[in-house]
Amino acid sequence: MSDMSLWSIFINACLINNFVLAYFLGICPFMGVSGKLSNAVRMGAAVSFVMLIASMCAFAINLLLQWINAPYLQLISYIVVIASTVQLVEMFIKKFSPALFRALGIFLPLITTNCAILGLALFQTNRGYNFVESISFALGAGAGFTLALVLMAGVREKLALADVPQLLKGTAVSLMVAGILSMTFMGFAGLGS
Amino acid sequence: MRTSNLATKVINIPVVKAESQSTNEFIKGLWQQNPIFVQVLGMCPTLAVTNSAVNAFVMGVATLFVLLMSNIMVSSLRTFIPRQVRIATYVLIIATFVTVVDYLIQAFSLEVHKALGAFISLIVVNCLILGRAEAFASRNTVNKSIQDALGMGLGFTLALLSLGIIREVLGQGSLFTIQVMPDNFEHWIILLLPGGGFFTLGLLLIVFNWIQQRQNRRIAGKDHE
Repeated sequence: MSDMSLWSIFINACLINNFVLAYFLGICPFMGVSGKLSNAVRMGAAVSFVMLIASMCAFAINLLLQWINAPYLQLISYIVVIASTVQLVEMFIKKFSPALFRALGIFLPLITTNCAILGLALFQTNRGYNFVESISFALGAGAGFTLALVLMAGVREKLALADVPQLLKGTAVSLMVAGILSMTFMGFAGLGS
Repeated sequence: MRTSNLATKVINIPVVKAESQSTNEFIKGLWQQNPIFVQVLGMCPTLAVTNSAVNAFVMGVATLFVLLMSNIMVSSLRTFIPRQVRIATYVLIIATFVTVVDYLIQAFSLEVHKALGAFISLIVVNCLILGRAEAFASRNTVNKSIQDALGMGLGFTLALLSLGIIREVLGQGSLFTIQVMPDNFEHWIILLLPGGGFFTLGLLLIVFNWIQQRQNRRIAGKDHE
């Protein structure tokens, strides 16, 4: 993995192995928040931001855990750090940019239980990325998440006006749309190699 | 509009049920409040690991175990946990048991552990487990919480298995790695790919909605007579 360039890590996380559409991470916000385009953009921005910080924290924790030789604490420390990072980021934004805080609103606390963040931390550890590679990976994953969310929101805004059969209303038709989106993203396979 | 109707319907059914038969915490998780088909919780593992029946089964059992243990822990500690830090405490309890399961699976079968990858660890953020801890175990006795966990866990496992079986039989022509389809069967590769996961779950949801609708209509018909 070490011979991969930073750019190919970015493209890989963003398009080829998109977190939502190929790894199924962060499906809950993907289904829940993708109703309106403006919300989707804000949620995407918030997740990307937390991903970047969580990725850096996870890298530091991993070094520390290797130093004290306690790999079994990995999961517990990741989840605690992510939860407290989200809290910290929330307080920080509230203090320095109330406008942004109002815009993000309820989405910030929701991110704690977003599997995409924990998934990102676990994947980067498993693949043994170094610090710069981790940041590139986090940026790519965040961009990919935002892209998937925005595309989905665009489709669902149209879908709200369409005449969908009674049985398909709600989750079922959203899943079908997600399936088609996922198939389109498969067209990117082979782009990075 | 319709979605909101559906949501209220989903919320209403369990309430009525809970009043009429409060002892039967076990049954409700299997159908009436099935975590995947009705509550649509815990989607990441549902879709990601169900490309074969074995993976789906292991994932289901692992989730069942974590759910059961965390429900027992949370309900027995419910008077000691301060309200302000309850979510953090639940997450810590869940993370501990997930670590246990992770190492157990690694010890029993390295192959399955490799196939499931990081998704075992991701049980931590499965909304189903935290949801049951918060909504049920923190308010009920240990006995009831165990029933609830078993019902919900089994409902989750069954839903995962049905997805896994459909995707493996049509995608690979086999079931639990034993070939069931004839040799000249054309494999539906699409079902093994990520897109197929979304499609299969969507179709299962339609079938579930259809059955539910028919039942409701029958009940409504009886009321008219």
